[in-house]
Amino acid sequence: MSKKQLHIVDVAYRATLEEQDDPVVWLCHALRGAGASLELLLCGNAVAYGVRAQGVAPLAFGARQQQRAPDLTGDLTRLLAKQVACYYVEDDALERGIDSSWMLDGLVGIARDKLPTLFAGYDQIHRW
Amino acid sequence: MKTTLTFALMDPPFESARSTTAFRLIDLALRRGHDVNVFAYEGAVYLAFAGQKAHANSVHGTSVEDEDHPLTRDWVTSLHEAAGARGTKLDWVNCGLCVDERGALESVAGPRRGSPADFARFIEESHNTLVIPTTE
Repeated sequence: MSKKQLHIVDVAYRATLEEQDDPVVWLCHALRGAGASLELLLCGNAVAYGVRAQGVAPLAFGARQQQRAPDLTGDLTRLLAKQVACYYVEDDALERGIDSSWMLDGLVGIARDKLPTLFAGYDQIHRW
Repeated sequence: MKTTLTFALMDPPFESARSTTAFRLIDLALRRGHDVNVFAYEGAVYLAFAGQKAHANSVHGTSVEDEDHPLTRDWVTSLHEAAGARGTKLDWVNCGLCVDERGALESVAGPRRGSPADFARFIEESHNTLVIPTTE
């Protein structure tokens, strides 16, 4: 039986424009593809990844325009479709004025004081 | 008891003391006889980049020789040599896509090219995994 992992995105927007995604969300996709049993927790500023009504225009420097911008909610949607549970810290969203009704369907809010209970369900926790 | 530990590294060299801390931890694990896996992700693939060059330092008033500038590629080599001398295993995997996008194609001897599938296997086969990520 594989170890159950929780990956925590604690640093948000880390090279998302250069990498066209969040590198930890990307890694979760790759690990899942390799057969890993994992779930994802967004905390701090990373809770904003779950807001549906967001978009980023492609970068343009001089005459060079980047054609493909990051799609953070799309990446989360595809992760959910791979049966990877995704959580966000409700308190962090509230502190940032993000209403739970704005969040992606399927993303599960969890209160900060319930995190120890969540953590108890994993063999390993990887805080990125 | 001999254990296997996995480290996931993310920082490039010469940017953060976290890299040095990671090397200290890996060195200590090997000294204590443990097997170690390393998954170098994102900028960490440059830790083993063979093109690193030591430099003189005019602010210090030192020559290349006197400055003896530390290069992480030498530390990676040294860790592999130490593992070999102690009969422990150091399996250092550079994320291949991270290597390609940075052009960090030349690695010192020891590390190998791999993918997140190696990291997934490391997690399964290790007693524990420590992530040392890039932070703000």
